Amino acid sequence: MSLKLELPIYMDNHATTPMDPRVLDAMLPYFTKKFGNPASRNHAFGWEAEKAVESAREQIARAINADPKEIIFTSGATESDNLAIEGAIGMYGATKGRHIITLKTEHKAVLDTCKHLTSAGAEGEQGDKAGQTAKGALAKGVLAEVTFLDVEKNGLVDLKKLEAAMRPDTVLVAIMAANNEIGVVQDIAAIGKLCHERGVLFFTDAAQAVGKVAIDVKAMNIDIMSISGHKVYGPKGVGALYVRRKSPRVRLSPLIHGGGHERGMRSGTLPTPLIVGLGAAVELAVRELPEESRRLRALRDRLWNGLRAKLDHIYLNGDYENRLPGNLNVSFAYVEGEALMMAIKDIAVSSGSACTSASLEPSYVLKALGIGEDLAHTSIRYGIGRFNTEAEIDFTIDTTVKAVQRLREMSPLYEMAKEGIDLKSVQWSGH
Amino acid sequence: MAYSDKVVDHFNKPRNVGSFDKTDPDVGTGIVGAPECGDVMKLQLKVKDGVIEDAKFKTFGCGSAIASSSLATEWVKGKTLDQALEIKNTQIVEELSLPPVKIHCSVLAEDAIKAAVNDLKKKQAASQTAETAKS
Repeated sequence: MSLKLELPIYMDNHATTPMDPRVLDAMLPYFTKKFGNPASRNHAFGWEAEKAVESAREQIARAINADPKEIIFTSGATESDNLAIEGAIGMYGATKGRHIITLKTEHKAVLDTCKHLTSAGAEGEQGDKAGQTAKGALAKGVLAEVTFLDVEKNGLVDLKKLEAAMRPDTVLVAIMAANNEIGVVQDIAAIGKLCHERGVLFFTDAAQAVGKVAIDVKAMNIDIMSISGHKVYGPKGVGALYVRRKSPRVRLSPLIHGGGHERGMRSGTLPTPLIVGLGAAVELAVRELPEESRRLRALRDRLWNGLRAKLDHIYLNGDYENRLPGNLNVSFAYVEGEALMMAIKDIAVSSGSACTSASLEPSYVLKALGIGEDLAHTSIRYGIGRFNTEAEIDFTIDTTVKAVQRLREMSPLYEMAKEGIDLKSVQWSGH
Repeated sequence: MAYSDKVVDHFNKPRNVGSFDKTDPDVGTGIVGAPECGDVMKLQLKVKDGVIEDAKFKTFGCGSAIASSSLATEWVKGKTLDQALEIKNTQIVEELSLPPVKIHCSVLAEDAIKAAVNDLKKKQAASQTAETAKS
């Protein structure tokens, strides 16, 4: 059987996912016919929209073993991350403490929010009056103190190091469930247990994890959790935040003020079609998770084994076992990542080389693994998703192998390595 | 970011990829950049009667870096060493329509030419000194 491949192939499913047509079908009526404002309490249009929103809330709650009242709709995981961290400091900073622990490999939405809170002037912008009553330790206007923990070489956090970083004033631990670059899945249940034993709130950004690995907020002792729509074959522009209501009851200071929607934590008219899409997408992904994760894992193994069989000097970034089933992040030594992407242009992937960024800095996540900037520049992230096929994986192996071989033939580093020159010993004229 | 047609052309069909013998007295070798910065260029010139008769390159770097060095090998051919030193990175930027974030690729190519020319001049000076010493 010969199937003709449709090019280009999309294999960048950590960046975003195409919407599942079943999700689109669920959304469509809410753009035109059922367009009411869910907050309109006095007519059928509003009731219809409200019913749809509440049904989506139930779908999401069921998928993660939460109560529907614990789901807050947002514009996406970035907003959810901001609300979780700033909101927790705003609510508990003055009473429980201002110390946050997070990882160096977190998403920028978490890292930058943390950095913002540690900068002078954070208070003015956030309008957190509690800041003024904070006990002496922090400079004026600074709302939090943050520990950015290192991860191990495999990308996982060492629980002993996490425990050692906890202080009496630690109020929040922010550790992502699954990493967006290297796909490693942290031991969320163990982290949650540790946090609850120590009376610290546990927030996890699960944008990459929901619908890909099983999440149970109760069993895993998660207090706050970010969810994204477009990472699970749902629409862009919508996300959710799980906020625990019991043992402990968590409250967050809002970032967006207005009509008091979403239990006062997030004002703004609810985008019914997007929320319906999010609900349908999360429900679908979690329902199909066991079978789909086996399928993705098989495709991922096929890709990794295929590349390894034909190429030497290639390195896996991040732990292989504790990993999203569709993620493969590989460094192809002596070949720059952006050039490799250009050479395999029929396959859409990402690179940690970040050669396009003005700073010319390679991925901070890869650097945090300690793999060295030279290898970080040679990395490719394959994000295999729901619509990828075995034929596409085989094409990807073939195309990547040929491109790496071609680029190595024109790589001075490969030539030097073959001559037995230790590249680390060379005096480079770096600029 | 989309690449210009000329960058794509040089990337897909790079000119003069390869290596000369570094120890050849008529070959000048310039290696610039660093693996940690994501680009290393090796540019080699071969001279005959004061004129660059051939050039080769190998580059570890993005598509624009590969295109810049490929173009540089084309441009130096037929020039004297001093003429080759007159090639400016801005000419490479213009020819390949490089965007601002890729200007460093053209700078690297200019540096590679300079390094190769200097290597050759050093070799020539050394051999002249050796000649003088002998006589």
